[in-house]
Amino acid sequence: MPPNDPGPRTALFVTCLNDTLFPGTGRATVTLLRRLGVEVDFPPAQSCCGQMHFNTGYRKETAKLARHFVDTFGGYDRIVVPSASCAGMPAEAYPQAAVGDPGLAREVAELAPRVVELTEYLTDRLGVVEVGAYFPHRVTYHPTCHSLRATRLGERPYRLLRAVSGIDFVELPAQDECCGFGGTFSVKNPAVSGAMNGDKARHVLETGVSVLAAVDNSCLMNIGGRLNRDGHPVRTLHLVEILARTEQDGPMPGLPVVEGAR
Amino acid sequence: MTRSFLGWPAFPEAAEREVGNRQLRENVRRATHTIRGKRAVLAAERPDWEALRDAAAGIKDQVLANLESHLLQVEEKVTAAGGTVHWARDAAEANRIVTDLVRATGEREIVKVKSMLTEEIGLDAALEAAGINARETDLAATIVQLGDDLPSHVVVPALHRNRTEIRDIFVREMGRHGRPAPEGLTDEPAELAEAARLHLREKFLGAKVAVSGANFLVAETGTLVVVESEGNGRMCLTLADTLISVVGIEKTVPSWQDLEVFLQLLARNATGERMAPYTSTWTGLGPSKGADGDGPQTFHLVLVDNGRTRALADPTGRQALRCIRCGACMNICPVYERTGGHAYGSVYPGPIGAILNPLLKGLDDPQTASLPYASTLCGACNEVCPVRIRFTDVLLDLRAQVADGGKHPVERAALGAVGGVMEHQAAWKAAVKSIGLVGPLLLPRKIRLPGPLGGWTDSRTVPAIPRESFRTWWKRTEGDAK
Repeated sequence: MPPNDPGPRTALFVTCLNDTLFPGTGRATVTLLRRLGVEVDFPPAQSCCGQMHFNTGYRKETAKLARHFVDTFGGYDRIVVPSASCAGMPAEAYPQAAVGDPGLAREVAELAPRVVELTEYLTDRLGVVEVGAYFPHRVTYHPTCHSLRATRLGERPYRLLRAVSGIDFVELPAQDECCGFGGTFSVKNPAVSGAMNGDKARHVLETGVSVLAAVDNSCLMNIGGRLNRDGHPVRTLHLVEILARTEQDGPMPGLPVVEGAR
Repeated sequence: MTRSFLGWPAFPEAAEREVGNRQLRENVRRATHTIRGKRAVLAAERPDWEALRDAAAGIKDQVLANLESHLLQVEEKVTAAGGTVHWARDAAEANRIVTDLVRATGEREIVKVKSMLTEEIGLDAALEAAGINARETDLAATIVQLGDDLPSHVVVPALHRNRTEIRDIFVREMGRHGRPAPEGLTDEPAELAEAARLHLREKFLGAKVAVSGANFLVAETGTLVVVESEGNGRMCLTLADTLISVVGIEKTVPSWQDLEVFLQLLARNATGERMAPYTSTWTGLGPSKGADGDGPQTFHLVLVDNGRTRALADPTGRQALRCIRCGACMNICPVYERTGGHAYGSVYPGPIGAILNPLLKGLDDPQTASLPYASTLCGACNEVCPVRIRFTDVLLDLRAQVADGGKHPVERAALGAVGGVMEHQAAWKAAVKSIGLVGPLLLPRKIRLPGPLGGWTDSRTVPAIPRESFRTWWKRTEGDAK
C-alpha cells in the first residue's frame, strides 16, 4: 500500500454487551488488529444493534437503532464486529425493521455488506489464518447458532484456532446444538433454557478443557454462568482473546499449561 | 373420555412441567436423535436434495396462490368419480358433517387412519359424544388412544413413550376395547407389534366405516394420497364399505408430476426411509364407480378450512401452509427435545406448532400467543424443512404481531426506554459509566435476581461487572494516544 494511501477506513463495532460486560474482548480485538497492521476507529456514538428488541418483536424500536447504526457507521469502509449474532443484524434484521422507511432501507442495503464478523474479517478480508498467537492451553469451541446459520462462518474459527501455537484443541461433542440462551428465551422459558444449557455444559466438561471459546459472549455468558454456578473451573473466552495472546504474554495466568507446549 | 388440549397452560408453564419429567426427556431425546440421524443420511444421499426442496416450496406457493381453482377442480373430479364433496368452514362444521355421515350408516364402531387434521378438529371426541366409537389403527395412534393420552408428534404420536410403558398400556387397556394383549407380553418390539396386529385385525375386519385424512390431494384427477408405514391405512381404505376422508384445503398439489417431488421428499425427511412402505391413492369410487364391488361403495371428501384461509392472509406466515407434516422440524429442535410435544398444547408441536397454531387460531389466547416465544431462534428447523419454511422469519413476525398487539406493555416500555437511551450518545455513555460505577461487582454464586430475571439465576451465575467499560478504556488509552 503506498504510504499516502490511508487504506480502508475501519471501525470497531464492539457491541453493547462487550462494551459493558466483556471489555476484554474489545481490547483483544484492538490488540490483534493492530498487530496485523490494521488501525481501527471506535466511533463513540455507537451503542446497540437492537438484536434484543428485534428478536422480541419490537420492530419500531429496532428501526430507531438501525437508523442510529447507519448514522454512526455510514462513513466507514469496514465495520468489524466481535460477535456473530450482532454482525448479522444489519443484513438479517434491518431490512425487515426498515419496512415502511425506504430511505433507511436504502442506507441499510448499502451499509450491510461492509459489516463483517471478526473471524470472517481475518480470514477473508485480511487473508490470514496464522495470526501469531500463542495459547498453551486445552481449548474447545462452541459454534453459536448465529455463527453457524446466520453469519455462516463455517470452518473459519476452527482454522484460526488450530493455527494457534501451543494450543491443544478438542472438538466439542454435539457442538451444533443450541446452548439454550436465545436472548429473552432464557428469561421467558428458563426451565427449557436451563435444560439445554445443562446438556451443553456437560458436553464441555466431557472434553476436559480449561477454556471454552466462541464468537458470541452472550452464549458464553449463558454456558459460563452454568459452569460457574456448578463450581467448574472452565473459563469462557471470546475467540479473539485467545488470538490476541503471543509468546511474549506467556501462558494465561490461572490456567493449566498443556504438557509439551513450547 | 377422549382427552384434549383444551384449557392447556401457556408454553413456559407447560414446558417447565415436562422438562422436569426425566423419563419423558430421555424417551424424547432417544427417539429424536435416532430419526434425526437416519434422516441426515438419506437426505445426503440425494445429489438433487436442495433442488427438490426448491421445487416443493415453489409448487406449494403456486397452489396457495391459486387455491380456489385447484379446490374446485378437486370437487369436480371427485364428484365425477362417484364421490361426494363437503366443505367445512371450521372444526365444528367438519365434525358435524362427519358425525351425520357416520350416523346415517347406523354403525357404532368405526376405524380410523391416523390423521392430524382429525386430531386438530377433535373428531374422536365429537363422535364419542354422538355414541360412536372411533378406533385408531396406526400403531402409535393406538398407543395414544389406549393410554387415554395425547399425541406428541405429527409422525410418531407416541414418541414420548418407551417400550415398557407401551407394554403396560397394552396389557392394561387392550382387553377393555377388544382382543386383550397376549398372556406374558414382554416389551420386545416384535411382540408388541404382534399384539397390536392381533388386536387391530379384529377392528379392520369388523368395520363398515373408515375415516382417513390425506397427505396429498392431486387436483388434476381428484386423487387422494395416503403415505404410511404399517399397512393399516391400506386396510381401512380398502376394507370399509364407507370411506370418509377429512382433508385440509392446503393439501392440494396441482398434478401427478408435482406429487412426484413430494413423494421423494416425504419419507426420507419424515422417517429416514427412501420410500414409505405403503403409498395408497384413490379417486372417488374408482373407474367403475364402485360397480366392481371392490373397495368402498360410498366415498365422502370433507374439505376443511379451520383457520387455513386466515393463515393464508398473513403475508409472512402463509409459508407455514406449505407444511407436509414430515416432523423433521420437531426431530431437530433442541426445545422440543427437552419438552416433548405436549408442552405446545396442540396436536402440532415443535417449530411448526409454534407458528401454525397462532396462524390458524390468531393470537388472542395467551396459550397460543406464548408459542412464538417457544424458540431460541437457533434456526436448525430452517435447514431440514423439505418445503423451505423459514421458521425463524415467521416466529419473529408473529412476535412482532404480539408486541404490536399491546400484549406485553411492561416489556415494551422497558425495551423502549433502553432503546431511547441507546440512541442518544450522552445518555448511553452515562448508562455505561453507571454500570461501571457499581463494579467490579461479583455477585454471590447462588443469588436469585428478582422479577423476570429470576429464572436466569436459578441455574446460572451473573457475570462479574468489570470496573472499566471498553469505551472508558478506549478513551483513556487509544483516544489520548492519537
